[in-house]
Amino acid sequence: MQTVTFSSTFDVLDDIRSFVGQQARGAGFNEKDVYSIQLATDEAASNVIEHAYQGRLDGKFDVGCEFRKGGLIITLLDHGEAFDPSKIDEPDLKADLSDRKIGGLGIYLMRKLMDEVRYETTQAGNLLTMVKRKG
Amino acid sequence: MKINTKEFKHCDMVSIEGRVDSSSAPQLSKALDAVIGKGVYKIVVDMSQLEYMSSAGFRALLASQRVCRRYHRGEVVLASVPERIREAFELAGFTELFRTYGDPLEAVGSL
Repeated sequence: MQTVTFSSTFDVLDDIRSFVGQQARGAGFNEKDVYSIQLATDEAASNVIEHAYQGRLDGKFDVGCEFRKGGLIITLLDHGEAFDPSKIDEPDLKADLSDRKIGGLGIYLMRKLMDEVRYETTQAGNLLTMVKRKG
Repeated sequence: MKINTKEFKHCDMVSIEGRVDSSSAPQLSKALDAVIGKGVYKIVVDMSQLEYMSSAGFRALLASQRVCRRYHRGEVVLASVPERIREAFELAGFTELFRTYGDPLEAVGSL
């Protein structure tokens, strides 16, 4: 697995998208899937920066990427506050404009764009694993 | 990301170029707020040069749509939405919250 460490600031998102985009293209994913993988990873990293590190700029997190058994596995490991996406309510997509909640959309997109999204607290830190299967 | 705002007779057009994510979305919000701050509530967002938008950008658009639609005084419409971004919009259930047009000038004419 290829792993890159990033700082907990939003300006790393461009580099994160480039990193996973390169890995996904290298594994032969089509452009639609590459976009989905980049968007899901961006949403996951944005959540780490915003929720796990809550605006702290000195945090570090690792993004790992590996193609195995027909799927691209993406991991994000952080050492901030534990954050369980399953506790976040799904946004009500049928709600009209005034009732539409503004949060929770990133996690919802991650679940929709990827085939698997798992979250666990390990000794090494908070680990998010996402899998996108090819074809 | 680059943003360019152009005034028309009945609306303003905000053209976004490049990528909108959590890092650049505040800049988009600022540009939209500046238009609204002038008392202009009819806004065309031209996406023809937009390459990427995450949910941070969606939230900026949603917040502006709320303000503009208040008292039926206007709305935010989208023009030339690239395919990938349209797909993410659909997933997010945003399609019914914004009228979309194939061409920015067609969108201007609709307002």
